[in-house]
Amino acid sequence: MNYGRKIIKNCLKILSWLCVAGPGVLICVPPLLLFCGSLADEIEWGQRIAPLLKNNQEYIEWKWIPDYPTLGNYKELLFYAPDFLVLFWNSVKTAAYILGGQFLVDVPAAWAFAVYRFRGKQFLFSVYVILMLLPFQSTMLAKYLVLNGMGFIDTGRAVILPAIFSTFPVFLIYRGFRTIPQELFEAARTDGAGEFEIFFRIGMPLAEGSITAAFVLSFFEIWNMVEEPLAFLKNISLWPLSLYLSQIGPGQAGRACAASVITLAVSLFVFGMFRDSLEQGIISSGLKL
Amino acid sequence: MQLKKNWNYIWRNKRRKQGIKQFLFLMPSLGGVACFVLLPFGKMTVSSFFIVLTGEFAGLKNYMAVFQNDAFEIAAANTVRFLAAGVLPLLLLSLGLALLINGDSKRGKYRYLYLLPLAMPAAAMVLIWKLAFSGQGFLNRFLGTHTDFLGEESAFFILVGSYLWKNLGYTMILWLAGLKSIPEAMLEAARMDGAGRVKRFWLITMPCLKGSMFTITVVSLINSFKVFREVYLVGGAYPPKSIYMLQNVFNNWYLYLEQDKLSAASVLSVIVLGAVSLLLQRLWDWE
Repeated sequence: MNYGRKIIKNCLKILSWLCVAGPGVLICVPPLLLFCGSLADEIEWGQRIAPLLKNNQEYIEWKWIPDYPTLGNYKELLFYAPDFLVLFWNSVKTAAYILGGQFLVDVPAAWAFAVYRFRGKQFLFSVYVILMLLPFQSTMLAKYLVLNGMGFIDTGRAVILPAIFSTFPVFLIYRGFRTIPQELFEAARTDGAGEFEIFFRIGMPLAEGSITAAFVLSFFEIWNMVEEPLAFLKNISLWPLSLYLSQIGPGQAGRACAASVITLAVSLFVFGMFRDSLEQGIISSGLKL
Repeated sequence: MQLKKNWNYIWRNKRRKQGIKQFLFLMPSLGGVACFVLLPFGKMTVSSFFIVLTGEFAGLKNYMAVFQNDAFEIAAANTVRFLAAGVLPLLLLSLGLALLINGDSKRGKYRYLYLLPLAMPAAAMVLIWKLAFSGQGFLNRFLGTHTDFLGEESAFFILVGSYLWKNLGYTMILWLAGLKSIPEAMLEAARMDGAGRVKRFWLITMPCLKGSMFTITVVSLINSFKVFREVYLVGGAYPPKSIYMLQNVFNNWYLYLEQDKLSAASVLSVIVLGAVSLLLQRLWDWE
């Protein structure tokens, strides 16, 4: 009886462990697939995907370790493909501008919503929440009309300016500021601290996790940007890296894999650097206090 | 009496000064939002009642045209289907996973790995889809068949799968945060009183998670709209019918300069999503 119970309990333990580890492994497979694929040269890829072109009964060949592992794809992308580098720097520049702008605009706005009371706050915040829920397509035409009026279509500003005023970071950072006990600010105020001082020296340091998380998530967004450049940029040399792959033909699978790995590597670097704050910030965004 | 008046005066003056400072914090954001979204959207709303080319008043004609459009109908059905088949399972699966991880600190150690898919570029996902699900891809090799999974009804399920893959970790962390905020003593007390696992879950855990529900649902919805990236990158402007989403319709109307229909449809989408958002706020987030 006791033994039977123990066995069932252990089985349940193993099962739940599998439930947790299984998805964990699944999550790692696609990036690994890309990495292994990027090490095979075009000739080997040509052989692998030959069935795709001939359209016969065979299948695409897959080997985790290529027959002739090489870094040639990376070399080619980084040194002999100027278009790749142009798009890469486009993405970096766009990200820098947007993140800088968001820092100046969104953090103070979140602060105002979290700490101050003013007339119409509830209404305005509701508007912000609705805006953050809207997909890009809902406001595409409105944004086009205003950007076109300003003459920004087909310039970097068309992508950068609207993104600076996106309201999702405001919401995330707002939640971070709300986790700070409000008495703290009241106490500082009584001690004679000014509003800006309280913001810079108490609010910002204490909500650091949320602010970082908002910027990491924003960065992923920018690094992955597809809709905005497609709609507002006709000049391909202004496109971000995320659209580079859509231009690569099927005959260049190795190069496509390498480009994906480079794109992914940058996000992973950011992810690795800030993973703790990212998690912390996501956590405080989910809590309602 | 005089003193009190003075006090009142100083106090009011101070508050007014504070009000200006407070306004300074909000102004840049509010100005930008008004300039790039609210005002142009308002103007577009007005123009949705007119025919742009001729400038004549159209009443609800543009709106009727949207509803009578076949592509719009198919896409709306697909979008609703995606919300039902994608968002709902995501919420349940991630909750299950969070419950499993919450009980064991050892297993939770590597939970940040689940956030990794957030960093995956959509274009890279599409590359993997093509290798795995095309007529001669890995799945067909495994099954010994030659069906093109990307071109048929099954593309929908691939889309749902990759949505789940990408967002499971994020949503799970959000649930975990909610679970961690439940006071241990409350669960302990219930256990002492003889409440079983199931009863504790329904009577204590679920009500306590209400505060997290809003963010989780909203974030899942926001991310569900972003599947358009994969759809567009794999199928271009006209993907397989099963994954032809409302976002595609909007995008195509934008490309073909169908301003009348697009402005009407944009207004409609904002009305629907605004109602959803207000409802969610009322339910779970009103302060």
